[in-house]
Amino acid sequence: MYHLALKMLIADRAKYAMLVGGVAFASLLMTQQNGVFRGLLAWTTSHMRNMRASIWVVEKNVEQVNETKALRDTDVNRVRSVSGVDFAVPLYISVQKARAADGSDKPIQLVGLHGATLVGRPPDVVRGDLEDLRLPNAVFIDELAVQRLSIGRPRPLDIGDTFEINDREARVVGICRTERQFFGYPYVFTTYDQALQYAPRQRKMLSMILAEPKPGLTAEAVARTIEAETGLRAMTVPEFSVATVAFIWRNTGIPASFMTTIILGFIVGIAVSAQTFYSFVLENLRNLGALKAMGATNGLLARLLLLQALTVGLVGYGIGVGLTAMFGFAVLPIGQPPFILDYTSLTITGTAVLLICCIAALLGILKISRLEAAIVFRA
Amino acid sequence: MSVAAANELLTATSPPGTAAVRVAGVTKTYGTGDSRTVALKAVEFEARPGELHLVIGPSGCGKTTLLSVVAGTLAWDSGEIEVLGTRLNGMKDSALAAFRGRHIGFIFQQFNLIPTLDLVENVSVPLLLNGVRRAVAERRAAEVLARVGLAEKARRRPKDLSGGQQQRVAIARALVHEPRLIICDEPTSALDSRTGHTIMELLADIARTPGRCVILVTHDPRTYGFASRITEMEDGRVRQEFSGQAIQDFIATHH
Repeated sequence: MYHLALKMLIADRAKYAMLVGGVAFASLLMTQQNGVFRGLLAWTTSHMRNMRASIWVVEKNVEQVNETKALRDTDVNRVRSVSGVDFAVPLYISVQKARAADGSDKPIQLVGLHGATLVGRPPDVVRGDLEDLRLPNAVFIDELAVQRLSIGRPRPLDIGDTFEINDREARVVGICRTERQFFGYPYVFTTYDQALQYAPRQRKMLSMILAEPKPGLTAEAVARTIEAETGLRAMTVPEFSVATVAFIWRNTGIPASFMTTIILGFIVGIAVSAQTFYSFVLENLRNLGALKAMGATNGLLARLLLLQALTVGLVGYGIGVGLTAMFGFAVLPIGQPPFILDYTSLTITGTAVLLICCIAALLGILKISRLEAAIVFRA
Repeated sequence: MSVAAANELLTATSPPGTAAVRVAGVTKTYGTGDSRTVALKAVEFEARPGELHLVIGPSGCGKTTLLSVVAGTLAWDSGEIEVLGTRLNGMKDSALAAFRGRHIGFIFQQFNLIPTLDLVENVSVPLLLNGVRRAVAERRAAEVLARVGLAEKARRRPKDLSGGQQQRVAIARALVHEPRLIICDEPTSALDSRTGHTIMELLADIARTPGRCVILVTHDPRTYGFASRITEMEDGRVRQEFSGQAIQDFIATHH
């Protein structure tokens, strides 16, 4: 009977298309919005992937990685003196202005690395030698900076070219590839001392301290020791990521906005699929009654309806996820909007689609279970 | 299900009994309070194997309700029903469904063919419900379609057929699993007189098969001449039952 149930479903092309379309639209909306949301959340923690360090030490009131409250220069030595710390280096990070060739000012994410060790260096160097960062006025810029700061130039910014940061000359010695950050500013890396030259002078300039635990010790344990001994806040990468994402959830409307769209997708999926499926059942009520008269049990009819609903779900989910993947392939080379489609998103959406199908089938099953086979004897 | 098992199912006979259907003192009411309607009032009814048994009477007299309770598709309030030697009282829904699937064939007024399936698939449904394998069921369905003269249209859909052809498909579907009881609800009411006549000839022929009983509810006086026995109902009761020459007298007197 199962093959006949599928034939009954597919042969009614208009209804089948509407059912599959509803589920596909819901799947597309849920996976695409979830993908962009996950991408945005990933952008909020991109500093930690662009400047890799096991322990991030910040002022005790800092809540997330994109926030800085200046530390005292002596705090670096305080952290270095904590037992279990292998090494600790200063990091300067702030948003500054760079001038493009056309005279316009562009915001940049200026990062000052410890000059001796270059700890926090960008992970993916495209061109140039990081050692050249120690040269006067030397900067490494990322590909986004090349794009943004090349406006008004006959050719894109490259090694040897110069531009201004806060009216001071910066010479490009290398180009790197970074993961985009939440605010969309391009990264400009230089040494810590050079960064202090570019940035306006303030009483305290140290933004963060990057540290590593001694071999054999865990980052978590050492972070707790730093906190206990210095009164600063020390977090591992997972801890800082969670704190950052939690901050975004608490303080911005972004999650609520995306969640609303995702929930709307789910509701639209249920509304379209359940209503269409229910009307499909209603239209076939006499035929289903005839099947019941001929000996089909409620259990068998329920299984047939479930098979039809799950088939619709599977096809609709496939189309929806396929469209989302196409969206991903289209936007990933451009770099925005951010997009992450992993098995978690697929599993969550798949579960939601399964739920949509079960609800749609359940309405039909309830109708059929209450259906008297004698309906077929009534004119 | 194997071919041998399918053949066994198709040739299986129900427990022997003198009557194919025996209804004793059956009462059925619809609704409650002011809207309460008594459709069957202590009805006594019997149908025998080898007969084409017509149930007639005016609209609302309880014909269709009687048919529904005999088929086990409608619960009744009191009384006894025995079909092909099996007492239906107290049977669970699933057991009733299985019993109907094995031993009863149905022919409906509106044919109730599934429009999206072709004729072979429609006719194979009762066999598939009995667990017969698809290939075996479709082969058997094609054979029965040939018996009702529709071999060439086996892969067409119901919408491609005339009303009479659709009813022949419904008859093929009712016969495909070789049931001993066939229940027909107004099988000619949606057909013109010539097609209705052909369908009644076919049903009369089916009823002559040894051990098989056809019960037919009808409004159509043109069908009376085909009956082996007629039960006339009125106001939820059996008014009279007659056979043989009495049928001809009834036709002559009333119509």
